[in-house]
Amino acid sequence: MRGIDVRITAGETVALLGPNGAGKSTTIDMLLGLLPPDAGTVSVFGRPPAQAVAEGAVGAMLQTGALIRDLSVRELVTMMASLYPTPLDVGEVLELTGASGFADQRTQKLSGGQTQRVRSAVALVSNPELLVLDEPTSAMDVEGRRAFWTTMREFAARGKTVLFATHYLEEADAYADRAVLMAHGKIVADGPTNEIKAMVGTRTIRATLPGSDQDALTDLPGVSGVERRGETATLSCTDSDAAIRALLAAYPDARDIEIVAAGLEQAFLELTGDDEQALSPGASATARSTRGAER
Amino acid sequence: MSGLIYTRYELLRTLRNRRFFILSLGFPLILFFLVAGPNRNVHDYNKTGISLPLYYMIGYASFGTMSAMLSCGGRIAAERAVGWNRQLRISPLSVRSYFRAKVLTAYMMALLSLAALYIAGTSLGVSLAASEWLKMTGLILVGLIPFAALGILLGHMLTPDSIGPAMGGGISLLALLGGAFFPLGSHGFLPNLAQFIPSYWLVQASHVVAVGGHAWPLKGWIVMAVWTIILARLAARAYRRDTGRV
Repeated sequence: MRGIDVRITAGETVALLGPNGAGKSTTIDMLLGLLPPDAGTVSVFGRPPAQAVAEGAVGAMLQTGALIRDLSVRELVTMMASLYPTPLDVGEVLELTGASGFADQRTQKLSGGQTQRVRSAVALVSNPELLVLDEPTSAMDVEGRRAFWTTMREFAARGKTVLFATHYLEEADAYADRAVLMAHGKIVADGPTNEIKAMVGTRTIRATLPGSDQDALTDLPGVSGVERRGETATLSCTDSDAAIRALLAAYPDARDIEIVAAGLEQAFLELTGDDEQALSPGASATARSTRGAER
Repeated sequence: MSGLIYTRYELLRTLRNRRFFILSLGFPLILFFLVAGPNRNVHDYNKTGISLPLYYMIGYASFGTMSAMLSCGGRIAAERAVGWNRQLRISPLSVRSYFRAKVLTAYMMALLSLAALYIAGTSLGVSLAASEWLKMTGLILVGLIPFAALGILLGHMLTPDSIGPAMGGGISLLALLGGAFFPLGSHGFLPNLAQFIPSYWLVQASHVVAVGGHAWPLKGWIVMAVWTIILARLAARAYRRDTGRV
């Protein structure tokens, strides 16, 4: 971590978006008090994480972890619910997470998908003000993923704050109000998801363009950046449809044309590489690392 | 108290675990009947001043209760292996309550093991005054304190794969050196060494009813206290290293 500064308002659903190794899990571990920061402070609802955790204000579904054995699903969720001051009704949570069908099975006999449902039930039953989910859907199939997010939406609708880490842009776009982009332990962008999507959801046009001119290419509609190597030009596009029409009109002899969606990883490289300052309104270059959900 | 329901389920989990019944109940009970059954009429066993059934009742009870206490280490190691300890650390369950639940559960299991051997002993003619039963039980429960700390220590040092053999071997060695399997006599290297081992004093709890009636001299209390302090310190250090907490 290289000094990050994020404020999350109560009731927001925020995605912590970034490629593997960006520091998402580290950030979440610090937020939950599992890992002390080397320098700086972390606060949750204006309190140290340990205190917020002790008060039951924070609940989480960690990235990895299995269940303890020798209890039924219902018993396990009840056991965890008993630790919190204002838990949700166990039956209701099992229903909500789709775990009621196997509530009386022993935890060691569950399938992988069922285990994930129980883990989300354990996180939900704590009924926290802030729910933290660390790549919650990474082990789920498509259907499980959809069901999971439907559940989390219902939970967020109760006025709760939800912070989730993901490396899927689509997931952040579909379920978060706001996305915080992380790469190499830093925040590279922070804003409403549609802005972030426009920022990183670019397409790239690559083509061999004999006799083209850098400035002329940059001026094409929908083009945000140009890179040339010999006769090959790579155009980063905010609107690749407009750009390709204009490109073909201006350069009829263009060949070897490729249009590819920039992956999140590539988008991050661009964001962290040459244009960092302009594109990172939320990033802080200072050594502060004050994170927290504040009312 | 929020830890109460948690402790109840913790106990339920342990009762459902087959390994507990084998190590803490089945094994000591079978050995007790094998050894003491044919020799139930030996009244002054090897000049210990107590009957053979009483000697081995407490001998195997030491084995069973030590297993019960150390098994809390096995459960801690298993929880660490699946990442459940992290899930608990982000819940309001305090570290103190967590360990209290673990130790309480271990003691419940130890009491179960103890009760089973008391019943077995009575069936072979062990007969004591109520006050002697109580005094003996009290000494055993106190004598198990260092083993609770040892269980927590091992639980944070070992993996579930390695803790089984480590515990099985460790308990057997401690029981052997403590005189649980045969009397150590009173002269020579072994009895002198044994006096510095907590399991020895656990086995000595049966001497409550021996001539003189004193089970633990001051030395016994000191040995127990020193072991408790050392093991508790080491357990706390292992816990801190494991969790990165300061």
